[in-house]
Amino acid sequence: MTALPLDLQILNALAALLLLLSFAMLSQRRIVTLVNLLAFQGALLCAATLLLAWRTGENHLYVSALLTLTLKVVFLPWLLHRLIRRLGVYWDTEPVLNIPGTMLIALLIVVFSFGLAQPISELASTATRNAIGIAVAVILLAFLTMITRRKAMSQVVGFLSMENGLFFGAMSATYGMPMIVELGVALDVLVAMLVLGVFFFQIREQFDSLDLHHLESLKEDE
Amino acid sequence: MNALDWVTQLMEVIAALAAAPLLVGWVNCCRAWLQNRTAPSVLLPYRGIRKLFHKDAVIAEGASPLFRIAPYIVFGAMVTAAMVIPSMGTRLPFTTAADAIALVGLFATARVFLSLAAMDVGTAFGSLGARREMMVGFLAEPALLLVIFVASLISSTTSLPAIAEELATRALGVYPSLAFTAVAFMMVLLAENARIPVDNPATHLELTMIHEAMLLEYSARHLALMEWAAALKLFNYTCIGFALFIPWGTSTGDVPLALVAAIPVLGLKLLVAGAVLAVVETVSAKLRVFRAPEFLATAFMLAMLGLLVHVLLGA
Repeated sequence: MTALPLDLQILNALAALLLLLSFAMLSQRRIVTLVNLLAFQGALLCAATLLLAWRTGENHLYVSALLTLTLKVVFLPWLLHRLIRRLGVYWDTEPVLNIPGTMLIALLIVVFSFGLAQPISELASTATRNAIGIAVAVILLAFLTMITRRKAMSQVVGFLSMENGLFFGAMSATYGMPMIVELGVALDVLVAMLVLGVFFFQIREQFDSLDLHHLESLKEDE
Repeated sequence: MNALDWVTQLMEVIAALAAAPLLVGWVNCCRAWLQNRTAPSVLLPYRGIRKLFHKDAVIAEGASPLFRIAPYIVFGAMVTAAMVIPSMGTRLPFTTAADAIALVGLFATARVFLSLAAMDVGTAFGSLGARREMMVGFLAEPALLLVIFVASLISSTTSLPAIAEELATRALGVYPSLAFTAVAFMMVLLAENARIPVDNPATHLELTMIHEAMLLEYSARHLALMEWAAALKLFNYTCIGFALFIPWGTSTGDVPLALVAAIPVLGLKLLVAGAVLAVVETVSAKLRVFRAPEFLATAFMLAMLGLLVHVLLGA
């Protein structure tokens, strides 16, 4: 086996850590820790982007690294922590599936997404094409997080983690999206977060809980 | 197969037999220091074993011959395991007898006989401990096998000394798969050796005990052998960890000097590993028995992730 250059090795290690963090988020019941894990995932993503920018010399990747840092590592976690404090939700209730069961499904999902990404990796010409499978896995695991959680707060964290995965996928497949798309997505996420923040209060006022289970039944009797 | 290989083999067995109780003593010592207690002598396990060998054995009424021979089988399995683990040199004549998978089988044999012997007398504690031991064992074994598979995939062999040699001589680099499996292996080590998040090695008087519950009916030379075997198991696991994750410093060639140099290196590794083990045990709290499956499922998941990451990234 030929030895990879050191920066690629570190990139691979960062990708593996991203995957590990997705698993950690999947098994975490405390919402505060969940948000911290999300911030950590953002930090890893920022580090990976910086390393890739330095390696390829693509300047717009520096901008997106900065964007990741301010938005996903500092601002959104801060916002989420504030919301948690004001809403007083610290624990998710028992998830829909028990934790070991979720883990097993998650492992199957990882195998599936590695298989799914195989043909894409062969088409891509970037040095980081092996990591596409990991990006797909992170996206699908974030999906699973959203499916297995009941509280609105943890579902939002899952949503943001999915965005991290998408970003990482774009980065490893084509060295990042065009700047205008990236800015648009960042703005979208920001606005979505702000709107959802308002929604949380509305949901709680209506149902006295943040359990989205209540939203599933239509109101018949007024 | 020359004389030096046999010397290596002999040295490894003697070192395992001699150093295993010392490792246990060192871990106990470190734990005492970390917990602000006065440390017992490092040699205390030796004294315990010697005292037990000089006593008369008492065997429970109704115990079958299995109860008497189990200590010898368990001890024998651990000594055999020590023969195939490359703690000082990788050229071991015995390795043709058992590869890494057979090694896991050896540990399983010891576990089965220990559990059978614990149930043999029919006390409540014995069967309780045996059941828990089997529960922990059947969850820890797949995780251990996966850890070994990752290392085997990387070095394309299942013979433990060959794995150690391959890993020691390859280019240095960042291997996320090995990092994940190292954490998984650490968790398996804690669970298999009755260490703190799963079992408490320091007490005979807890309803949650696992390993100690199985030894309650043993006395004198049988108990001595069982305790020595437990120490050997810890030593063996630690040496498997060295072989897989820090294989540097073992003698790989035919140079006698490298073998001599391997002795202090092994001693140093054991000193550090014992201290790390003591720190891990001190900072973590014992889990409820029914949380142990979750702990081991995490170990399995980490090992599996290591495997998948290796397959995908080739690192």
